[in-house]
Amino acid sequence: MKVFMSLCAALVLAWPGAALARTEIHFWHAMTGALGDALETQVKQFNESQGEYEVKPLRKGTYPETLTAAIAAYRQKNPPHLVQVFEVGTQTMMLSGAVYPVYELMQHNEIKIDWNDFIKPVVGYYTKDGKLYSMPYNSSTPIFYYNKDAFKKAGLDPEKPPRTWPEVEAYAKKIIAAGGAKCGFSTGWPSWTMVENMHATHDQPFASKHNGFDAVEGVELLINREFGLKHVGALNGWQKDNVYSYGGRQGTADPKFVNGDCAMYIQSSALISGFSKSIKFDWGTGELPHWGGRYPKATSIIGGATLWVLKGKPQAEYRGAAKFLEYLAKPEQQMWWHVNTGYLAISNTAVRNLEQGYHFVKNPKQYTAFAQLTGLPATAPAALKDAKKAAPPKPERVATPNSSGLRLGNFVQIRDVIESELENVFNGKKPVKQGLDDAVAKSNALLKEFAATYKQ
Amino acid sequence: MKRTVFPNRWLPYLLVLPQLAVTIVFFFWPAAKSLYLSVFKSPPFGGRDVFVGLDNFTALLRDREYYESVLNSFVFALGVTGLSVVGGLVIAVLANQKIRGLAFYRTALLWPYGIAPAVAGIIFLFIFHPAYGILPYFLSFVTAYEFNWLLKGWVAMTLVILATSWTHLGYNIAFFLAGLQAIPASVMEAASVDGAPPLKKFTAITVPLISPVTFYLVVVNMVFAFFSSFGVIHAVTHGGPGNATEIMVFKLWKDGFIGLNLGSSAAQSVILMAVVIGLTMLQFRVAEKRVTY
Repeated sequence: MKVFMSLCAALVLAWPGAALARTEIHFWHAMTGALGDALETQVKQFNESQGEYEVKPLRKGTYPETLTAAIAAYRQKNPPHLVQVFEVGTQTMMLSGAVYPVYELMQHNEIKIDWNDFIKPVVGYYTKDGKLYSMPYNSSTPIFYYNKDAFKKAGLDPEKPPRTWPEVEAYAKKIIAAGGAKCGFSTGWPSWTMVENMHATHDQPFASKHNGFDAVEGVELLINREFGLKHVGALNGWQKDNVYSYGGRQGTADPKFVNGDCAMYIQSSALISGFSKSIKFDWGTGELPHWGGRYPKATSIIGGATLWVLKGKPQAEYRGAAKFLEYLAKPEQQMWWHVNTGYLAISNTAVRNLEQGYHFVKNPKQYTAFAQLTGLPATAPAALKDAKKAAPPKPERVATPNSSGLRLGNFVQIRDVIESELENVFNGKKPVKQGLDDAVAKSNALLKEFAATYKQ
Repeated sequence: MKRTVFPNRWLPYLLVLPQLAVTIVFFFWPAAKSLYLSVFKSPPFGGRDVFVGLDNFTALLRDREYYESVLNSFVFALGVTGLSVVGGLVIAVLANQKIRGLAFYRTALLWPYGIAPAVAGIIFLFIFHPAYGILPYFLSFVTAYEFNWLLKGWVAMTLVILATSWTHLGYNIAFFLAGLQAIPASVMEAASVDGAPPLKKFTAITVPLISPVTFYLVVVNMVFAFFSSFGVIHAVTHGGPGNATEIMVFKLWKDGFIGLNLGSSAAQSVILMAVVIGLTMLQFRVAEKRVTY
């Protein structure tokens, strides 16, 4: 017994930090696999960097499951301090009355972060009246992936991805004819890549009232206008010759590209690291194809998630949450996160540092998303030294109100409605016009219902 | 019927208390809560519940998509019940014969029931998925037909019916086997002596004698298909393509947990409850008359 007691005493003494109780900060997230490991490592690094607070990460399932869990916990009056919410949940969170806005949290704790240093399309998505509501964490944007081997087989230049949709069509036909692949291209997250981002990059409004940024009431979807009909009509027509092959929602079409069935693919930039491990052939990235002509070339919009601070905890504990967010905002953390996950580094300082470290020279694929979001030319500057001498690169894409993000209530269901109707069009159940009209009508009903729920 | 008389007045109540407690906590309380929520509109994070009367119900009854999900539910439930009860009976009759390795077969047949619906869904995905399934891969060698249920609604529905029936087959086989073994051997022998062919014995003796089991299984499978088949749909089709496999229980989950529309979700669960209670009562009224105990 004596031995046991002294052993316990020794253990207690040896345990660092066991004597002084650290304040626990609960952090619920939805990251799985390698991304989850990266998150845990980052949290561990923060915990080791100071002695006052201990952030406890807890995976709660998918994004919707994490949000539902946080809502249930908030209603039971025991919420986590921090919760990761995907971008489509932004409006719900902003109007919930349950969040402690990040700008306020930082003010109260006298922490200064230069938000102007952050990439506009990222911060803008989560800013209301010039104030940042949630902390951008994992952001990505859809980009164009292509199979260089299939390009070579069809006699196409493997270093030149198609830049316009007519080029995509022509390349697809060539590749299929040459036996380079069974289908031209496929898509992940159909609503996000083919409807939301296509409207943004062509400077077309997705919804009225400045894509929902200006008001909650009276917002209506605008995807059944000339541009929407043109693009979805083209996709639908391309199915016939296998130029386009629909592969389902979310990432279910990934295998079509990975196993070489489709020569081109449009999916989140966050898949670069995953593809690097799973793809056996030579592949490259490019910017999203454009229809050209009279449509301006605008920047794309982001996807991903941010960290929200929930109300309902003792005021003193929030300092820990603020410290953690401050830590995540540091350029070196941004860089670490980008290199280890493939999500975007979201401050200009971090991006510059990555350039200086030749990161983009070594990983040109990782630069595509930055170029597309900031409007800079698609090829990375060779190195900062040369870039300093040369004139600053001329932007190739413009940032417009239509390309700065979407803020819609019931957005999760709206995406679901859009994807259902796309499927109804692609399987021939409905003509293009009717499918998009139905998607708009159903979405408008959802928007109206959302506005009614939040009406004071 | 035999009546049990307890000497102590409180003992019978005490004995049913555990079951009663379970029913109250896991059925009546949530059901009452659903009923309450179904007449309110409330923002997800709470704080402001607005009483809206029957608005949630009328909105559903005006929604064409809701009727589609009701229709899908019936197609799905009938498909699953039909396939897994008939299939279960056929396999049970085969497994009831005296063959070598009987114990192994009987055990193996029950295994699928031990597989969680979500896992069963994943297994079917690996077999049937157009992009990475093994079956479309082999099919592509012999036919150009594309087995693409990501776009073909009826194929997707067939697939989820198959997957769900498969998970429930083991349960049905177990009950049918028990029913078959309860049939007295003397009855079967008498029929054999009278020269009845096997099929005649099956239809004239086996089917009527196991009718209580069949009836029980039809009711249970029906309820199961309406309520508990969520896992397979969630894993395989997510209600798609379009809304082709969106059954009532999936839609109410989607609207409540993904859409965060608690009022509508609660109203849907109240309707679903009414439908299933109604169906069960109908089955007891109509079908039970044909059952011989």
